[in-house]
Amino acid sequence: MLFGSNSGRVSPQDKLKKSPRLWAGFAFPGTIWLIALFALPFYAVACIAFGTIDPIFRDAVPQWNPLSWDFTQARQVLTSLATGPLRGVGLRTIVYVFCAMTLCFVVGFPIAYFLARHAGKRKMMLLVLIIVPFWVNYLMRMLAWVNLLSVDGLFTRFMRIFGINYNWLDGSPITVTLGLVYGYIPFLILPLFATLDRLDWRLIDAARDLGANSRQAFRLVTLPMSRAGLVAAGVLIALPMFGDYYTNDLLSRSPSTEMIGNQIDFFLNASSQPQNGALLVLTLSLFLLLLMSFYLRSTRQQSRQVTR
Amino acid sequence: MTAQRSTSRLALIIWGYIIWSLVPVVIAIIFSFNDGRSRTVWQGFSLRWWWQDPNLSVLQNAEMRNAIFNSLVLAVATLLIVTPLGIALAIGSQRMHGRSANFVQGLTSAPLITPEIVVGSALLITFTRLLTAVPLGFVAQLLGNVTFSLASVVVIVRARLVSIGASFEEAARDLGATRWQALRFVLFPMLWPSVMASLVVVFATVIDDFVITSFLSAGVSSETVPLRIYSSVRGGATPALNALATLLVIISFTALILGLFALSTWRKRNGERGGLRAALADVTQMEN
Repeated sequence: MLFGSNSGRVSPQDKLKKSPRLWAGFAFPGTIWLIALFALPFYAVACIAFGTIDPIFRDAVPQWNPLSWDFTQARQVLTSLATGPLRGVGLRTIVYVFCAMTLCFVVGFPIAYFLARHAGKRKMMLLVLIIVPFWVNYLMRMLAWVNLLSVDGLFTRFMRIFGINYNWLDGSPITVTLGLVYGYIPFLILPLFATLDRLDWRLIDAARDLGANSRQAFRLVTLPMSRAGLVAAGVLIALPMFGDYYTNDLLSRSPSTEMIGNQIDFFLNASSQPQNGALLVLTLSLFLLLLMSFYLRSTRQQSRQVTR
Repeated sequence: MTAQRSTSRLALIIWGYIIWSLVPVVIAIIFSFNDGRSRTVWQGFSLRWWWQDPNLSVLQNAEMRNAIFNSLVLAVATLLIVTPLGIALAIGSQRMHGRSANFVQGLTSAPLITPEIVVGSALLITFTRLLTAVPLGFVAQLLGNVTFSLASVVVIVRARLVSIGASFEEAARDLGATRWQALRFVLFPMLWPSVMASLVVVFATVIDDFVITSFLSAGVSSETVPLRIYSSVRGGATPALNALATLLVIISFTALILGLFALSTWRKRNGERGGLRAALADVTQMEN
C-alpha cells in the first residue's frame, strides 16, 4: 500500500484512508459496545456452563477463571443429548427445521422465480403483497393461526366438513412444522427473489436455444448460477428456526413437540438450573457455528470454481 | 404451450401464497370487531373491544395501554442510541484497514448470524451474574435491543457508503474543506436515505421483538405488546387481544409508510432514481 507515502499523486481512496486514527475513533464506541454486550456475555455463559453448583442453595455458581472450569455437568448434558432424555429434543429440532426448510423452499422458490422472471407489469404489486407479511408482527401471525386452529376455530370447523376432526393445537408436530413454515417463509422469499432477479436470463435463453429442454436448462444453468444465493437464504432462516421456541409454545405447548429452544427457555426462565440452560446455549451456538463454517466453505469453493 | 401452462401454474402458486399469508391475519383483524367474547365465532360488529368497554377494551384497559406505551418507549429509546452508534461504526469499520479492521468487521457482523435466543440468554446471564448493576426490565431490554439491531444499521449504512464512494468527499477536500467539514456537509447529507431506512427497519424490529425483550423483562412493569400477546394468546383472552395485535400492525405500517414517503421525497428532490421500488429496496436492503 501507498499508505503514508508522499510519492506524487495519491489516489482518492488512499487519501481517505490516510487518517486511520479518526476512523478508529468512529468505530470505537460501537466496538466497545459489542465487546461488552455481545462478546463478554458469551464468556459469562461459559463461566456458568463450566462453573459449579452451590451444594446448599442448588444455584449455579459461575467460575470466572477459565483454568478451573469444571466439565462434569457439560459431559452429562452432552451424554443426555446423545443417548439420554435430551436426545429426543435434539433430533426433533433437527427434523422439524429440516422439514420446515424443505417446505419453505418448495413453496418459496417457485414464487421468487415467478416474481423475478414472469411477473412482468404486475411485478411491483406482487412484490409489495409479498413484503406485507414481513412487516406484520410474528406473534400477530401466530395469534391469527391460534384463532383459526382452536377447537371452534374457522379452520377446524372447515376441516370438519371433510370429516377431519383433528386437535391442531394439542402437541401436533404437523402444526408446529407448518407454523415454522408460515413464520419464516417471508424471510426466505425476499432474498431468493433478490438472487434470481440478478440472474442473467439471457444465459438460460441461450441454453434453451442450444437445445436444452426447460428442465435441463433449470438444472444445468439456473440452479448452479443461483446456488450461493439459495444457500445463503436457507442459512438466513435456518439459524433463527433452530433457536425458535415461541412458535412451539404458542401452537403446541406440549412436551411431545419440544425443541432445543424450549429447553433453553425452560432451564433459564422457569427452573433453577441455569447451568443446563447455559450448556445448551453453548451447544446450540457450536452446532450453528459448524453449520455456518460448512456454508462458508461451500460458497468459497464455489466461487473458486466459478473463477476457474 | 407447455411454457405458458407452467407459467400460469406459477401464477396460481403465488396467488395461493398471498392468500395463505394474508387471509389469517385479516380474519384476526376482523375478529377484533366481534360483538361477543369469542375470538373464533362471529357474533356481529361492535367497537366494544377497541374502546367502548370501560375496562376490557384495548384503549381503556390499563395493562394493555401500559404494554403499548412500553413498546413505543423501548423502540424510540433504542433508535436514539443505535442510530448514531451504528452510523459511526459503519463509517469507521468501512475505512479502517488491517487486522483491527477485520476484527471490528467480524464483531459487527457476528450478531447477524446469531439466533436471538442465544443473544437473549447470554445477556440474561450477564445481567444477573456479571454486570449486576444493570437491572432487568427497561434498561436491560434497551441494551439488548441496541446490541441486536446495531448490525442492521451498520449493514444498511455501509452499503450506502460503498455506493457513494470517496470522490465527493475528495472533491470537497480539494476545494478547501477540512476533513470534518467534508464529513459534515458532504458525506452526512448523502447518508440520509440509509439513515431513514435504518430508522424504519430498527423501529419495526424492536417494536416486534419478542425473544430478547422477553428474556430481559422484569414482569408486568416492562411488558411490551408482543409479550402481552404471547402470555395471553392461549388463555381465554377476549377479542381485545386481537385489537391489541392489530394496533401493533398499524404502528409498524405507519412507520413503514412514513419512511417510504420520506425516502421517495428525498430521492426525488436530490435527483436520484426515485419511486416506490427504490424506496422499498432501501428498506429491505438487509435482505438484498
